[in-house]
Amino acid sequence: MNNAAFLVIAIVTLAGALAAATLPKLIHAALCLIVAFVGLAAFFFFLGAEFVGLVQLFVYVGAVAVLIVFTILLTRRDVGKPDKFNWGGIVVAVAVFGGLLWAILKTPSVAIAAAQIPPLTVKRIGEVLLTNYVWPLQCVGLLLTAALIGALVLVMEEKRR
Amino acid sequence: MTMSGDFLDQIFISAKQWLLSLLTGAPDWLMQVASSLINIAALLGVFLTLFALISVLERKILGRIQNRYGPNRVGPFGLFQPVADGIKMLIKEDIVPARADKLLHFLAPIMIAATAILTLGVIPYGRNMTPFAIDGGILFFFAVGSTTELAVFIAGWGSNNKFSMLGAMRAIAQMVSYELPLIITTLPVVMVVGALSPDAIVAAQNGYTFGIVPHWFVTTPWGATAFLLFFVSSLVESNRTPFDVPEGESEIVAGHMTEYSGFKYALFFMAEYFGMFAVSGLAVTLFLGGWQAPIAGLQFIPSYLWFFAKLGVLLFTFIWIRGTLPRSRIDQVMAFAWKFMLPMAFTCVVAAAVWHYQGRGVAGWLWSLAVVAIVYLGLSWFLDTGKKFATRTYRFAE
Repeated sequence: MNNAAFLVIAIVTLAGALAAATLPKLIHAALCLIVAFVGLAAFFFFLGAEFVGLVQLFVYVGAVAVLIVFTILLTRRDVGKPDKFNWGGIVVAVAVFGGLLWAILKTPSVAIAAAQIPPLTVKRIGEVLLTNYVWPLQCVGLLLTAALIGALVLVMEEKRR
Repeated sequence: MTMSGDFLDQIFISAKQWLLSLLTGAPDWLMQVASSLINIAALLGVFLTLFALISVLERKILGRIQNRYGPNRVGPFGLFQPVADGIKMLIKEDIVPARADKLLHFLAPIMIAATAILTLGVIPYGRNMTPFAIDGGILFFFAVGSTTELAVFIAGWGSNNKFSMLGAMRAIAQMVSYELPLIITTLPVVMVVGALSPDAIVAAQNGYTFGIVPHWFVTTPWGATAFLLFFVSSLVESNRTPFDVPEGESEIVAGHMTEYSGFKYALFFMAEYFGMFAVSGLAVTLFLGGWQAPIAGLQFIPSYLWFFAKLGVLLFTFIWIRGTLPRSRIDQVMAFAWKFMLPMAFTCVVAAAVWHYQGRGVAGWLWSLAVVAIVYLGLSWFLDTGKKFATRTYRFAE
């Protein structure tokens, strides 16, 4: 049962990712990428990481996807189609894949069975975030505030003339 | 609680148990699937009925407000109007524009209806009556709800029509803007309860002072403010007057629904109402005590009746507002979100914290009222442009 579910989710996710990379129409590619995002969220649910799965759905499908489709909307269609095959992309893809594969295979914890951990509740995540990881949290907050102010400054430029 | 009251309260749970008991001996996964299917069937049955009922009631109430009869031809008091509407929608021609993106045009209504139905699943409709009880229910609601924007975009893009695209852009702009106050006003409730599960939130609002004042969050200053902000945001999220600019008939035909006809249009319509039910249901859960009775003496009335009574009051307010207020301009809507709603929503978080650290009693009540009042007065002073009924200036016209 679990294996079948894993297989189905994996196939859907990979198919979505593949379609996102190959479909000719950008908007279709973007929607397929969203399918891949949802598939990843399903994996998180499958692993019992409910919170992470929901946040994946929230951030990627709710926010990043809207950002992507708006980017497509605001750019022109068919701006100089690439006439020859892009070998650079393949090199980068293979390099990234090789690097990740090497890192995964080198990780010792993959081989050993995971110990029983208590279910990760939202409460525990909150506690850990505000105790052990409070500095990274503050830094992320600062970074996001800076990005927000930056975006506002960019928009205000128009009014100053 | 008496035995008979208990029986009535749990009658649907018992009915489900009885249905499942017919399957005894079946494998575990079959039981799970059957249990989910029963929940889904009940949810769809109840809300499709409510949708039919509210669509005719809305027209009746609007008719009353506008001094006319409203639908009164089909059946007694026009009550069978939704049946006639449904048949009409089903037999209408399904028109797909020649230059439309066929796949996306087809996908959008399905996606929007699916998300609306999914969000209904996490709301507790009565004692032990949450169809899909998960730990992060509130988060699930917003995570799934945020995909509505994507569906609206697909509808606008797939139609290949400028009115559709403009409507979709407006819808996304206002939905993204108002999602912030919507989510931030739920934050104080989550903070005070310490859980993201709707059941825990309802349970935390149990209890009465002197037997008549319920411990609902709306009775605290921060809760009342958050509820009002949440309600306004929910008007926007469900594209209702005065925030129905995305489908402003006088400007952009019907927004993202311009190119839809027949049953696809009906799906959009249904999704809009389901979204309204879901967000009102969440407001009831978060601030109005969910299925809890308003005074201790009325606890014998079954919990689900209380839930639907509160939901009915909120839905009536939605209709009332639609009959009363004119449509606002898109720039007014956006400015209101960022300049007023968002700061007030953050204030609610602070006021809730103050309430908590002052011991959740009378002192906390007064202190949080002071916080809300100071920020409200400050904002009113700060946002007052002093332009009172000045001659209207046009930037692009004339």
